[in-house]
Amino acid sequence: MAAVSGVSRMSGLCFHAARQTAALKALRPMTRRSFRVTAAHQQQPFDSSLEKPQFPGASAEFVDHLEFIQPNVISGIPVYRVMDRQGNIINASEDPQLSKETVLNFYQKMTLLNTMDRILYESQRQGRISFYMTNYGEEGTHIGSAAALESNDLVFGQYREAGVLMYRGFPLDLFMAQCYANADDLGKGRQMPVHYGSKDLNFVTISSPLATQIPQAVGAAYALKRENMNRAVICYFGEGAASEGDAHAGFNFSATLECPLIFFCRNNGYAISTPTNEQYRGDGIAARGPGYGMLSIRVDGNDVFAVYNATKEARRRAVAENQPFLIEAMTYRIGHHSTSDDSSAYRSVDEVNYWDKQDHPISRLRHYMTARDWWSEDDERSWRKQSRKTVMEAFERAERRLKPNPELLFTDVYEEMTPSLDKQRESMFRHIQQYKEHYPVDLYEK
Amino acid sequence: MAAAARVFIRGAHATLSVPGAGKQSSARSALLKLSPGCSSRLKTQQRHAAHFTFQPEPVTTQYGPTQKMNLFQSITSALDNTLASDPTAVIFGEDVAFGGVFRCTVGLRDKYGKDRVFNTPLCEQGIVGFGIGAAVAGATAIAEIQFADYIFPAFDQIVNEAAKYRYRSGNLFDCGNLTIRAPWGCVGHGSLYHSQSPEAFFAHCPGIKIVIPRGPLEAKGLLLSCIADNNPCLFFEPKILYRAAVEQVPVDSYTIPLSQAEVLQEGSDVTLVAWGTQIHVLKEVANMAQEKLGVSCEVIDLRTILPWDTETICKEECFLNLEAPIARVCGYDTPFPHIFEPFYIPDKWKCFEAIKRMINY
Repeated sequence: MAAVSGVSRMSGLCFHAARQTAALKALRPMTRRSFRVTAAHQQQPFDSSLEKPQFPGASAEFVDHLEFIQPNVISGIPVYRVMDRQGNIINASEDPQLSKETVLNFYQKMTLLNTMDRILYESQRQGRISFYMTNYGEEGTHIGSAAALESNDLVFGQYREAGVLMYRGFPLDLFMAQCYANADDLGKGRQMPVHYGSKDLNFVTISSPLATQIPQAVGAAYALKRENMNRAVICYFGEGAASEGDAHAGFNFSATLECPLIFFCRNNGYAISTPTNEQYRGDGIAARGPGYGMLSIRVDGNDVFAVYNATKEARRRAVAENQPFLIEAMTYRIGHHSTSDDSSAYRSVDEVNYWDKQDHPISRLRHYMTARDWWSEDDERSWRKQSRKTVMEAFERAERRLKPNPELLFTDVYEEMTPSLDKQRESMFRHIQQYKEHYPVDLYEK
Repeated sequence: MAAAARVFIRGAHATLSVPGAGKQSSARSALLKLSPGCSSRLKTQQRHAAHFTFQPEPVTTQYGPTQKMNLFQSITSALDNTLASDPTAVIFGEDVAFGGVFRCTVGLRDKYGKDRVFNTPLCEQGIVGFGIGAAVAGATAIAEIQFADYIFPAFDQIVNEAAKYRYRSGNLFDCGNLTIRAPWGCVGHGSLYHSQSPEAFFAHCPGIKIVIPRGPLEAKGLLLSCIADNNPCLFFEPKILYRAAVEQVPVDSYTIPLSQAEVLQEGSDVTLVAWGTQIHVLKEVANMAQEKLGVSCEVIDLRTILPWDTETICKEECFLNLEAPIARVCGYDTPFPHIFEPFYIPDKWKCFEAIKRMINY
């Protein structure tokens, strides 16, 4: 009995509510405010007589069945390549047909980098420098992209892009000087090894925090766009750094503010010990680009021509159309993360060997060259000997050089020296004078 | 309670014009009718008056013709001068295009173009990172963070990047062209996230400068100095002064030096040091101390928090000559509260009491 009356009371309330709603619907046209467009962006005037959605936030069609969009991780974005793993051109129209001189230069820069890496890695093991990071396996991403840029394009890197600097002509002596932090270091001995920078070569000095360079590259590109001097920006980062908030910020800003830059992601399979399946669950980094409204491509990072072609076209369009491009270069980190890492703790030697022996950017390019009789066994032997010799000579020179004057501890904090820093500097020198036997003063310039 | 009562009144009047509100607001107006006590409470519970009286600077002609401006107008004036004289200057942040939530950038987009005054997406780490990059590439970058309370996502970019850019690159690169502005400090009702004064988090970070003005005349000169300065600068603007502080401010450009504190009044017994809004509190406290205690107070505006003017404040190992320990009068070790703000802030009575205890030490 009580239940029945309860139900009827409820339905009575519902009926009342329904009548109220109907009354309000009748009111709506009278109370609707007109929408005034004040933004520079011209939006369509809203018109509810159309069946198309009117939301300012997205322009799309209505759909009347429930379906979640499937993230396409099984058959994701394809990998663009020009050469197969044996260095044969697959589609002749994609061969950039670079000159013999250019291709030889690519090869020599990649191998010189490899030689320098071996010697400096060893020097850390021997206690001569404090730290080092190699670029094994990723030489193709550096040289291919660097070659596709203009020399006055601005480069923001992460830490595994030494080949870009080498391609641009940074001398071995200066690589060594930075790693040894000697008096010739352009960075005045302030940072750990591999934190290179060069104003002349438009390579912004590396910093250790990851992904911080990404929004910075966007700001730089915006400033260069306003200068209108046909300059682009390229921003390198790894697939691990792409997880940082700064990466999201940079991608979003670059598309919204229409900046002429290239985001170049080196997806090398690991962020120290973290493999990609623990770094992201979507289809890599390239799949994120469309989410930001950005043109994106995935390339074979071990194919120097694929990297070259993609970067060249991206650069051309980025500047011509003032929009960002995302290139995800798939590759493999053959070396350890750094001299502080032993990667056998988290991956097998077999896995590393596969990439070293079966899919290496240097050997693929060499096969391309030897197939054209541009490079012989003798060339290889004499080049190896010569490059090793020049690296060793630079190494020995760097080792002999004194460290910078300790007064450089105190300069460049601000553009000008401040009174309190000046006092601290004097206090330090007084202290060292008094306790000099406890400080390695002889290793430093006076 | 008074705020809640005001909502009730609005709801009652809006019965007919707000779709969907009909049934609820009629219930609210019924409530108002049922409790006669409400109306008398309205009269007695006004919101707390400001804890200070703004004391304007005297008019100066040393920088040319002046115009009456409040704090946000003096900021607009500085930005206007900058955009006019420096073609590389750009202003960006959330909502700056329409004029800004505090009207600091009103009119600038129309006057100088949408490529120079523009909105960014809602992302402080992006705003500061973008600003650093623009500065590195040679543009004069002026970034706005909507409230100083929201500067923390950008902490890494400020401390690890901007501050260290020049040092770590051996002076090959720098972001000295960057200035970051943010509304700062208590405003009467701001609570945890619209009242913070975060300068202390940055005060020990070598490589950046931090500046906080006490009024419109100071603000324009100090902001122009920050923009001209070749080091990345944080410029905090006391939001409670945006409309309350009105002075005669020069129309043209002028600068006030950074890292120089200003002695606002001489005194022989006690030194009072503050910055921003609190200067106006301490000026009043100095008068109270003189009248009620016969104590002569020196009042100093620090102005630049980093690098700070140790010479003016400390005067050669001053600690040896103090007759009483230094008193810090500040908020409590709690987040900034909403309804308890009148009890939380270091008002003139707390400062006065601190002086009293100090002279009786």
